[in-house]
Amino acid sequence: MSQCASPAIKRYVRRLAVLMTLYLLILFATKWIFDAAQPSGTLAYALAVAPALPLIGVFWAVMRLLMEETDEYIRLLFVRQCLFATGFCLTVVTIWQWLQNFDLVPPGNGGFGAAFFWFLGLGLGAVFNRVTMGDWGNLW
Amino acid sequence: MKNRLKVLRAERNWSQQTLASRLGVSRQSVNAIETGRYDPSLPLAFTIADVFGMAIEEIFLRE
Repeated sequence: MSQCASPAIKRYVRRLAVLMTLYLLILFATKWIFDAAQPSGTLAYALAVAPALPLIGVFWAVMRLLMEETDEYIRLLFVRQCLFATGFCLTVVTIWQWLQNFDLVPPGNGGFGAAFFWFLGLGLGAVFNRVTMGDWGNLW
Repeated sequence: MKNRLKVLRAERNWSQQTLASRLGVSRQSVNAIETGRYDPSLPLAFTIADVFGMAIEEIFLRE
């Protein structure tokens, strides 16, 4: 982020840093607990879902950024990035689903969930912005 | 939409950053408006007009 980033972007970066730190801590803790203690029942479900919570938090942080950014052009770039990311993610998982429907690819997703492709789509969305609008946007 | 932002800015010897600060937007926004890549909302157009002390139609022109 540049030094002239808006207050909304600075808040987004702070939230992202906290959430990503939490994500890594929870991810490694959960993996360690599953390997060491093989939890079952409700605890297993709770632990399995735990790493998803900071990622959901990132979706919230993005929503807050879109609501708090007062520069309408910068907000437009962010919205375009999000729309591109959503379209990209839906495209990938839809294609993957149909490949699975006809048993052309193995079941499962190799650990790459929709969130992975959405975040990847944000990066590609920035490239899309650069090509079509001349500016990257900063949402990644 | 065409606009006279670059000319009006040059007449006042303002940089894009100076104008951006007066408008409360980013330099990227000023650049995008100047180059016609982005048409501002009506509230921002009014703010631009206020900063230059002109009417909106004196700054923004029909194609």
